[in-house]
Amino acid sequence: MARHEFRMPTLGADMEAGTLVTWNIKPGDAVKRGQVAAVVETQKGAIDVEIWQDGTVEKLLVEPGQKVPVGAALATLIAEGEPAPAPAAPVSEQPTAVAAPQRAVTRSQPAPISGGRFKISPAARKFAQELGVDVTTLTPSGAEGVISRADVERAAHAAKAGMPPKPGDWQSQMRKAIAAAMAKSKREIPHYYLGTEVEMTRALAWLERENAQRPVTERMLYAVLLIKAVALALREAPELNGFWINGAFQRGPGIHVGMAVAMRGGGLVAPAIHDADKKSLPQLMVDLRDLITRVRGGRLKSSEMADPTITLTSLGELGVEAVYGVIYPPQVALIGFGKISERAWAESGVVACRKAVTATLAGDHRASDGHRGAQFLAAVNRLLQEPEKLQ
Amino acid sequence: MTVSTREEITALVVGTLADIAPEIDFSTIAPGKPLREQIDIDSFDFLNVIIRLSERLKVNIPEADYGQLATLDSTVDYLAKKCSGGA
Repeated sequence: MARHEFRMPTLGADMEAGTLVTWNIKPGDAVKRGQVAAVVETQKGAIDVEIWQDGTVEKLLVEPGQKVPVGAALATLIAEGEPAPAPAAPVSEQPTAVAAPQRAVTRSQPAPISGGRFKISPAARKFAQELGVDVTTLTPSGAEGVISRADVERAAHAAKAGMPPKPGDWQSQMRKAIAAAMAKSKREIPHYYLGTEVEMTRALAWLERENAQRPVTERMLYAVLLIKAVALALREAPELNGFWINGAFQRGPGIHVGMAVAMRGGGLVAPAIHDADKKSLPQLMVDLRDLITRVRGGRLKSSEMADPTITLTSLGELGVEAVYGVIYPPQVALIGFGKISERAWAESGVVACRKAVTATLAGDHRASDGHRGAQFLAAVNRLLQEPEKLQ
Repeated sequence: MTVSTREEITALVVGTLADIAPEIDFSTIAPGKPLREQIDIDSFDFLNVIIRLSERLKVNIPEADYGQLATLDSTVDYLAKKCSGGA
């Protein structure tokens, strides 16, 4: 038997805290890995938070209405058998460096520690800082006169720090989140950009034939061809798939393609389609449909927010020719696709009319070089010329 | 559901679009102009519109015909023809 803390997972580089809305579990419940345990309100809307380990719920540590920083314990679980393989894997994967500077900016008042009229445990002090609780206002409940974690927690709860944002200021919350992530990206990531024209005639003809045989509910959008080609090409260019964390590149644990999806009324999110390289095109369409539907009307899961290893954005529908992407940290690359249009295409001394799209790569020069980026785009191009093999 | 009149089909198309993009103000939509230029829907939204109209009207809308559903007027024309058994 081993006791584990179920922690607030990281929800992307631009989110440092979330407000618990509801618990879906209670003490004594048997829970399974992947089960949705709680709903948390974030700057990007409500998110279903999943449990990372099988076990039994021991105690819930936060109550609805409480604002909880990424990494803080939400509940304790008793796991059967083996101890946890790695301590809080989903949390520790994320660089503390990402959240730290933002915290420094957004916290209104750092806890004053001068004066020295009270005693506080280091853990409680850290916790108080995370929750933005002024430790000078706390009264120790224990016999030793030392302020504990529990005292901090009670104070935070009493202050009702952060009820879920009202619908009115939700948009501005999201703007802030995007601003923080994008400013960090432009400040820290040395971007390089490459672009290439990809002929789409064969791919689109194949898709048209395929869709003609399918009932309307199973028809595929060309985006799934792009997703699959990008995912397979990443196998040949692993330096583009992963994270830059604490001064070093970390390969992604799988190829989880973050799909940039615009939200109605403004803003965007880029949740992951997991293991996109291993999925069939129809399965990718099912996943894409599910993802977009939940972005626009339902709820995303914490794992989808947390672990894209690359971002793909397709902006061609509005007529843009090419995308010059801003990488979403700590990722190291963003792939963009512009509009598919008919172009005068010169090949073997003949000019013909062909459909083509401009594919671009924004790469993090710390993690990869233009040579590798060029190989990647060449692979995307090659793969899209043989659509029947993408299935 | 049996829908036959143009009015009923128009109401159904407008209702379907409003479900998907609630922010649309239909008083500003020019029925003869491309819908995609007037309202913010993407290919995914459009596919959902096609799926819902197919289901509600019990008609098959092949991908090759999507071009005929560009404006509100042409969409209603197309669907009216489909519902009356025409090609």
